[in-house]
Amino acid sequence: MNISLNITETIQEWLMSMMPEGVASIAAMVTVALIYLIIFAVAGLYLVLLERRVAAWFQLRIGPNRVGPLGLLQTMADALKLVSKELTGTIKADKFLYNLAPYFVIVSSLMALAVFPFTKEFQAFDINIGIFFLIAISSIGVIGILLGGWSSNNKFALIGAMRSGVQTISYELSVGLSLLTMIVITGSLQLSEIVEVQKQGWLILQGHVPAIIAFMVYMIAGTAETNRAPFDMVEAESELGAGFHTEYSGMKFAYFFLAEFINMFIIAAIATTVFFGAWLSPFGITESLPWLGVFWFLGKTLILVFLMMWFRWTFPRLRVDQLLTLEWKYLLPINLINILIMAIIVWLNLTIKF
Amino acid sequence: METTLIKSNFKSEEYFINMGPQHPATHGVLRLLLTIDGEIIKKVEPDLGYIHRSIEKMCERDSYQQIVHLTDRMDYLSSHINNEAVCLTVENALQLDIPDRVKVIRTILGELTRIASHTLWWGVMGMDVGALTTYFYGFRDREMINDIFEETCGARLTMNYNIPGGLMFDIHPNFVQRTKDFIKHFKTKLPEYDTLLTGNVIFQKRMKGVGILSKEDAISFGASGPVGRGSGYSCDVRKHHPYSAYDKVTFNEALKTEGDTFARYQVRIQEMWESMAIIEQLIDNIPEGDVQVATNAVIKLPKGEFYQKVETARGELGVYIISTGTKNPYRVKFRSPGFSNLSLLNHIAVGGKIGDLVASMATLDLVIPDIDR
Repeated sequence: MNISLNITETIQEWLMSMMPEGVASIAAMVTVALIYLIIFAVAGLYLVLLERRVAAWFQLRIGPNRVGPLGLLQTMADALKLVSKELTGTIKADKFLYNLAPYFVIVSSLMALAVFPFTKEFQAFDINIGIFFLIAISSIGVIGILLGGWSSNNKFALIGAMRSGVQTISYELSVGLSLLTMIVITGSLQLSEIVEVQKQGWLILQGHVPAIIAFMVYMIAGTAETNRAPFDMVEAESELGAGFHTEYSGMKFAYFFLAEFINMFIIAAIATTVFFGAWLSPFGITESLPWLGVFWFLGKTLILVFLMMWFRWTFPRLRVDQLLTLEWKYLLPINLINILIMAIIVWLNLTIKF
Repeated sequence: METTLIKSNFKSEEYFINMGPQHPATHGVLRLLLTIDGEIIKKVEPDLGYIHRSIEKMCERDSYQQIVHLTDRMDYLSSHINNEAVCLTVENALQLDIPDRVKVIRTILGELTRIASHTLWWGVMGMDVGALTTYFYGFRDREMINDIFEETCGARLTMNYNIPGGLMFDIHPNFVQRTKDFIKHFKTKLPEYDTLLTGNVIFQKRMKGVGILSKEDAISFGASGPVGRGSGYSCDVRKHHPYSAYDKVTFNEALKTEGDTFARYQVRIQEMWESMAIIEQLIDNIPEGDVQVATNAVIKLPKGEFYQKVETARGELGVYIISTGTKNPYRVKFRSPGFSNLSLLNHIAVGGKIGDLVASMATLDLVIPDIDR
């Protein structure tokens, strides 16, 4: 069986046969972008559904099961409802920034999706600074949250936005440093090369002890970066009502909501790529069928997504000062020492290779 | 409380924010006027009146049987105990001899009410500190008690089972068995509460050393119930001034001396165990007998002043009736536990963060209609 999932090339070749080269490459980019947009908008909706079913499972409930078979169309119906809702706003809001904010959030999370290697070929954009690109792009989202909270002329939203600023900027350090720990092994920022290195064993095995520490730090910091419980200071329902998106309604609210779930997917997908060998199958059992990589990639990612949902539905929320203490007094020093240990291990060639 | 921001050259400014009347953490229509410096609380002023129905004034209009039904709507989570308080006051004034059967049934129902109230409190307490799952665990167990009430009293929330002189009607034949089943069920489920929430590191960090109330302050603010007992103030009316069948049972008064939110939390968990112990002592030997003593259709209290206090799930509820000898009271005053407990919120919340305020407020277990009668 030979199914080619190399979408960028396939589409570009097909378009080249119809139009001149310059136009074709632009048209190919737009087509690929649209395909990604549709896939992940729908995937985001299903993540929302998954979250609700997982939550119900934790909470002795059944969860949404009425709209469509097994409730599969529930979030589609919710999205339709949100599209049809009136867009309200506060009177003295800074209209321009208020309208701009949701796009910052959603665009930053959709852009980050472009670089993930779902299989060897199914990767829209393989640049040589992949990890760096991911960290840079995903931190744009916080600008949207800050703008949204500031411009909507609501004190609760403002407190939420300020908390978010503090939180995301702090935890980005830990996310970056824990990924950097793994880069010490791979020696490359390019995602396809990171996967290539893992053919000798997933990085979490290759790097053993420091890699496991890095993974734990990454998951904690990653959960904090997506502003989810136990780090949901930003929305903190019992403290701030709805936090930064208090004044948003309809589709603008839906962008924030969808972005949260896509961000969760991104955090899990980065972990899959860097720690768990992306599309590589365990022990190479499906090496002859490369298109099955999509299955392995999504499978690993969803397990990590489930882990983050588990956190959310069992842990209470930290207080804002405890949140910063955790990052600056514990995670960051642990991380810095961990990088040193990893460097020594790589230098002495103590990594485990199969 | 001095912040580092004030000490440095940056200019810091206090600002005002409205928490409520529509806010998830105030559990009703309580409005808090907060003065905040960044995240730090400078002043908390509760603003009441959003659900005021002038129950005390309505009591002056109604007969003594009717007053009982108004008290359900005060602290709706201890409605049975509220009813009992009014009935006891009237019965004491009339010097009626209440059958033992009534006393025991009232006590069992009162303790079931206390467990139901505490399970609901535990659920929303978890939600207030961000653990949403607790809510459903709490409600699972409360639902069983509500079913027992529904069968025996005919209502799930506002029971109206007490009347001056006894009970409306006898208990349902299933009552004893279902109560035993519930106790058996709840004994396996209450440890789950500790597994899910109490032992959690984040939860303990949030609760310990937050909202500290000393014993002296607890007494001078008139704190009662678990709030007073969390500060080491022994104030259980059931122990010190037993009513109904509380003099026949042995139970411990849950006391903690730390005075922080975690102490108040532990007191309530402990109280659920004690309530189960009380029910177990009584459920097997409910004495036979009448469930009512005959009273006049129109009850007229003798001229004078009458006071009775009981222990609701929230603390000490006092009923004070001035009678001029007519069929209506001249004046009725309820001393509600929530009102005094709310008055100390400013004292324990100042200097903490917004999150601390929410945690402190959750352990005061406020029911707004109880405060705003």
